[in-house]
Amino acid sequence: MTDASIDSGAPRKGLTVTDARTRKRNAAEKRFRAYGIVAISIGLLFLLFLFGSILRSGLPAFTQTVVDVEFTLSQAAIDEAESKMLKTKAYENFFIAALEGQLTARGLAVEFDAKAIERLVGKPGGTIRDFFKENPDRIGTPVSFELAASSRVDGYMNGRITRESLVDSRFLMAADLDLVDALEEAGIITGAFNWNFITGTDSGVDNPGGAGLGASVIGSFFMMLVVLFLSLPIGVAASIYLEEFAPKNRWTDLIEVNISNLAAVPSIVFGILGLAVFIQFAGLPQSAPLVGGLVLTLMTLPTIIISTRASLNAVPQSIRDAALGVGASKMQSVFHHVLPLAMPGILTGTIIGLAQALGETAPLLLIGMVGFVAREYPEGFLAGFTDANSAMPAQIYTWASRADPGFYEKAWGGIIILLAFLITMNTIAVILRRRFERRW
Amino acid sequence: MPFSWLVLIILAIAGVGYVLGRQRALTSAGGDSRDLHSLPSYYGANVAMWAIVPAAALLVVWLLAQPYIVNSRVLATLPDTVVSDGGSVSLVMSDIRRVADGLDLAVRDGEMTGAEAAAITSDVREKLGALGVALGSEVSPEVLEGAQTYRTLNATGNLAMSVLALLIAAVGAAYAFRQSHALFRARNVVERGILALLMFAASVAILTTVGIVFALLFNTIEFFKLYPAADFFFGTNWAPSFSGRGGASDLGVLPLLWGTFYISIIALMVAVPVGLFSAIYLSEYASPRVRSIAKPLIEILAGIPTIVYGLFALLTVGPILVSMFGQDTVGWMSGGTAVMTAGLVMGIMLIPFVSSLSDDIINAVPQALRDGSYGLGATQSETIRQVILPAALPGIVGAILLAASRAIGETMIVVLGAGAAARLSMNPFDAMTTITAKIVSQLTGDADFASPEALVAFALGMTLFVLTLGLNVFALYIVRKYREQYD
Repeated sequence: MTDASIDSGAPRKGLTVTDARTRKRNAAEKRFRAYGIVAISIGLLFLLFLFGSILRSGLPAFTQTVVDVEFTLSQAAIDEAESKMLKTKAYENFFIAALEGQLTARGLAVEFDAKAIERLVGKPGGTIRDFFKENPDRIGTPVSFELAASSRVDGYMNGRITRESLVDSRFLMAADLDLVDALEEAGIITGAFNWNFITGTDSGVDNPGGAGLGASVIGSFFMMLVVLFLSLPIGVAASIYLEEFAPKNRWTDLIEVNISNLAAVPSIVFGILGLAVFIQFAGLPQSAPLVGGLVLTLMTLPTIIISTRASLNAVPQSIRDAALGVGASKMQSVFHHVLPLAMPGILTGTIIGLAQALGETAPLLLIGMVGFVAREYPEGFLAGFTDANSAMPAQIYTWASRADPGFYEKAWGGIIILLAFLITMNTIAVILRRRFERRW
Repeated sequence: MPFSWLVLIILAIAGVGYVLGRQRALTSAGGDSRDLHSLPSYYGANVAMWAIVPAAALLVVWLLAQPYIVNSRVLATLPDTVVSDGGSVSLVMSDIRRVADGLDLAVRDGEMTGAEAAAITSDVREKLGALGVALGSEVSPEVLEGAQTYRTLNATGNLAMSVLALLIAAVGAAYAFRQSHALFRARNVVERGILALLMFAASVAILTTVGIVFALLFNTIEFFKLYPAADFFFGTNWAPSFSGRGGASDLGVLPLLWGTFYISIIALMVAVPVGLFSAIYLSEYASPRVRSIAKPLIEILAGIPTIVYGLFALLTVGPILVSMFGQDTVGWMSGGTAVMTAGLVMGIMLIPFVSSLSDDIINAVPQALRDGSYGLGATQSETIRQVILPAALPGIVGAILLAASRAIGETMIVVLGAGAAARLSMNPFDAMTTITAKIVSQLTGDADFASPEALVAFALGMTLFVLTLGLNVFALYIVRKYREQYD
């Protein structure tokens, strides 16, 4: 401010004329304001870019390319195929014949061999044979087969792989793309919604097309159950004690310092704690949602305690005094009056804490949720807690670290589902807050 | 008896006790609840509390102690030769556990009778394999013996636990039931019990910290017994041998520390200017409407899980940086994973952290200071630069330190985005690695848990814990000291 009073030398021409110094100061003012706008724009641009790339790369995971072929097999044809050495090969030949028939019926002629078909849809023979074994009544009637195309074909259909970028390999040859184009024109190859991605389980390392998130959603669900049923009661009880009952002494101070420090301990350290205490010392099973839930409970507690204390603190003293005045004990005044009034705030804080826990990955890496391939759903409710399983973020990480780039698309798709859960939870929290928040 | 049944029975005892205790108190008062010292439900709650709490405490302690005791008893019965043949102790123990679990499963599924399972001597691998329990190698007689001991000890332990827990629940309920008289001060007792529970819940925070410190400390000490501390703290080479045994590992922490700090500094160079200027604009210039839109939008960045940022670094930012600085152009960057990649993305993650903390601090500067400055003829930007920022500086420094501690402890972004090679280099486009990334890689590999290669993760964890804790305590100290000036 001192420089505002420095004499600039030149005599002032008048109040309406801006002199050089004022112009300079005004320019500095504008620049400074522009910096702020630029900073906010950068932040928002990053946000836009992040969501843009999530959606662009993740949405293809929800569609799937299927080869839809309809054909009829007679009992005689099946008998003939069953009599051969290579039974599935014989079924595959039926499939190829049917495909060829449908292509020529539409006036499209493309050269292809059995190898090309195998590169497109894997080996369809086994699927067809199994189908007719299980449904013998369908023999002789037209059956429509929807076979999932390989991940490379998937990539070609949604633009991940182009003719130029394709390197001939045993997975897909450039020549096969002519066949794909012809099939697409004939309406045999179509896109379909990939339900398997949402309900299915993880596939092996070499089958990105068949990978689904379902089992790990269940794993996350069981973890969140553990977190909810442990961290909510413990967190609320701790907050009630600290806010309503705790005498001001060293022990209370120690607890307070601990809570604020725990909120800032890196999440990986909680993973080390889980590994050393829950798995090594207490002997709980590795990769189990129970252990994940316990670790995440400890991580979520500070969040829940801090928000619960804030909402308990917001209940005015007069409520307590009124309750005490009509003869309630201190405990009764808290549990009958203060706690119900603080409940909306507590629930909001809990949901936000759960949302944080749902997205947390680092501790799960250490308790073995990553090495495990979640191929199966848990067998029952109790087994859901103790059977090895994956969790959503851990599954995404597993996919991201696999070699086949086909899994990257699945990882992005998994992120869309994860974010959908988080957005839902946060929206519920905001609605709760808006609807039930009281201003005293 | 399955564990869930045990819990249900104890709860049932408590439920019955509640009804009976309430009844007895009411009867003793001649059916008129006004003659009771407390409300009738307190008498019931007293009985239920006495049934559940001691039994639950016993169960928790027992469940924690039993595996430990059984393990050491089984180990004591094993001949020394097994351990030296079959590799490490933990491997043998996990074999034993798997065989024992497999036999239990066989009995439960009805494939074997209990007597058959106890007397089994041969073909263990085939029989269990048919049930879906895969065993790595043929079961040696010693391991089978150990597994049988393990099973008997566990069975005895479980039986003893069930009997004792039920006994304690019943005795507790009976004791409290006898107390249920009209003159008994049930409410005071129950409330004292609840207060004790509340206190226990509040102490979980302390238990967690103690757990963290002990888990880190014991394993770190174990590590320093195998590997000299001086080499760890001052070693400039990080090269763990992957075989797990044999072959000396170099486990110097300096390259990891350097990688951690380098990435954090780049992250802060992105986050601090953007976050600070956003906070200044939002709190000083923006209209309430702009503020109410822009602030929540920026804070969305804070709610996104770090795995998303990690993937964003690996698959989006990395390739873009390579196309800008890679072999085709200037040739500074050879792969997508680099310090720059991780640092940039981490910076994005920290923007809302810096901006909302600074926003709070700037808003806490009293309006009188601004008015005084405007009154002297200063422009808005001069006021901000010369009055508000100096006044808010300690708080802003605190916020930046908190952000730095976040950056140091961040795991997923560096695991996916920074690379795996530990090196001391100045080039921000080189792949480097951090403490957190190496904790993950050392503990998720298949290294034996007692080897220095795995134990080093705990020493790294300790380093990380001390670093972040120090930063946090320092930052909170600064922030708190500053706040006291205006309150």
